[in-house]
Amino acid sequence: MRPLTNFEVYLLLSVLKVAVVLVITLMCVAYTVLLERKLLGRMQNRWGPSRVGPFGLLQPLVDGAKLFLKEDLMPLAVERPLFLAAPVIALGCALVSIGVVPFGAVTHVHGVDMFQIANVNIGLLVILGITSIGVYGIALSGWSSNNKYSLLGSLRSTAQVISYELALGLSLVGVVLRAGSLNLRAIVDSQSHGYGLLGWNIFGGFQFVAFFIYLMAAYAETNRSPFDLPEAETELVAGYHTEYSSMKFAMFFMAEYANMITVGCVATLLFFGGATSPFGHLIPAVGGRYVQAILPVFWFVAKVFGFLALYIWVRATLPRFRYDQLMSFGWKFLLPLAMANILVTSLILALRG
Amino acid sequence: MQLALFFIFGALAVAGALNLLLQRHPINSALSLVVVMMSLAVLYWSLGAEFLAAAQVIVYSGAIMVLFVFVIMLLNAGEEEETHGSRAAYTVGIPGAAAIFCLLTFVFLSERHALGSANIGGYLNRGVDNIAEVSAMLFTKLLLPFEVTSILILVAILGAVVLARKEQ
Repeated sequence: MRPLTNFEVYLLLSVLKVAVVLVITLMCVAYTVLLERKLLGRMQNRWGPSRVGPFGLLQPLVDGAKLFLKEDLMPLAVERPLFLAAPVIALGCALVSIGVVPFGAVTHVHGVDMFQIANVNIGLLVILGITSIGVYGIALSGWSSNNKYSLLGSLRSTAQVISYELALGLSLVGVVLRAGSLNLRAIVDSQSHGYGLLGWNIFGGFQFVAFFIYLMAAYAETNRSPFDLPEAETELVAGYHTEYSSMKFAMFFMAEYANMITVGCVATLLFFGGATSPFGHLIPAVGGRYVQAILPVFWFVAKVFGFLALYIWVRATLPRFRYDQLMSFGWKFLLPLAMANILVTSLILALRG
Repeated sequence: MQLALFFIFGALAVAGALNLLLQRHPINSALSLVVVMMSLAVLYWSLGAEFLAAAQVIVYSGAIMVLFVFVIMLLNAGEEEETHGSRAAYTVGIPGAAAIFCLLTFVFLSERHALGSANIGGYLNRGVDNIAEVSAMLFTKLLLPFEVTSILILVAILGAVVLARKEQ
């Protein structure tokens, strides 16, 4: 057998990378659901799912099989093409943005960076763009369902996402100013000069105001509690996915959790030093080459896990906002605060530089 | 690669634009426009103007078109009725379209020698970060037009607020 050419190796490794990342992301989505149910259960003083497998660990797989096997109801009065396209748009957009996230240190194998699918110059803008396209999934699902609850849910969601997108984008400007680049690797590198966590943007970079704004806006963007008005079950049945069943419902469900993971990844990259260790270079490098390659991935996953836990904790703790409170909080508080943060950060950078 | 992308997404843009005109329902037309915007973004990116591509996606498909769709959903606009159009559209529209077509053809033919050799991506991508170059240009050479545009948009926003405000 002839040896593979360089291009073939590159192609094979890239396809392998995409497949592995996709499978891991989908598994993470499934197990984030379990994590949420378990943690919510413990916070409400009950057990959560515990019957299927040890500690209920097989629950997500069983749930997935159940959703696959359920009857796929198709209401008669829906706008068919859009009704079918909406969940695909939602899930597709949620999964694509993981493609630009670097989740480990730069490790080249045959010229392929193993811990990032695509190193794009404008990675941050790509993520923002994909997030803004994801709104269509929710907007179209509500409209095409031909159901007043769905329509109200998707109208709320669209208005909320458009409003909070501004605060979200502006909160990231401070970090971009400090890094001087929109490349996610460059942003991570700009935080790794200091001593571990002192170099991170949130501590060493004094971007905690930006982090606070980002966190609030991201909760609203992903329609999570306390901003989960689009699916407020006491008012809107189930919001925009009322008419969906079986796998199409599952796709919306997966999109929501995939978005949570993406938000956690972005927060980790921009404010918490990405895959760098919180101890910096204070701890000597132990283990061989492989341990050193895997360790950053471990730190990255641990940080994202922390964010998911925070998400769930907030959901268990805070009540839902009212609609006018939501709007005035976004426009009158977060937006001016984000602008002030940009002004102060750029002033300090100008004075120091 | 660039040629293949151009053919695929150029065709998609034209198809989307035609679909925009032919669809009867406003929401389908709006979605066709989104397809056009996204194809244009891909074309920009294939030319090396990545910041422009991202701005196109975020601003046009992500914000403006979402607002269009939002308004259509809110008004629950029904199917368009078949009309014959005004007479003015026929008397002015066809000569106008012909004139624009002639003008564009004239410009393309007279500037034929420059076509095909313009290398936008190469110009902007000389090892420098595309965005750094765009912003340097925007804030030094083109500062006055940039600020004037900002003021224009501010005026438009204030006008919208004045129009939308209810008189007590």
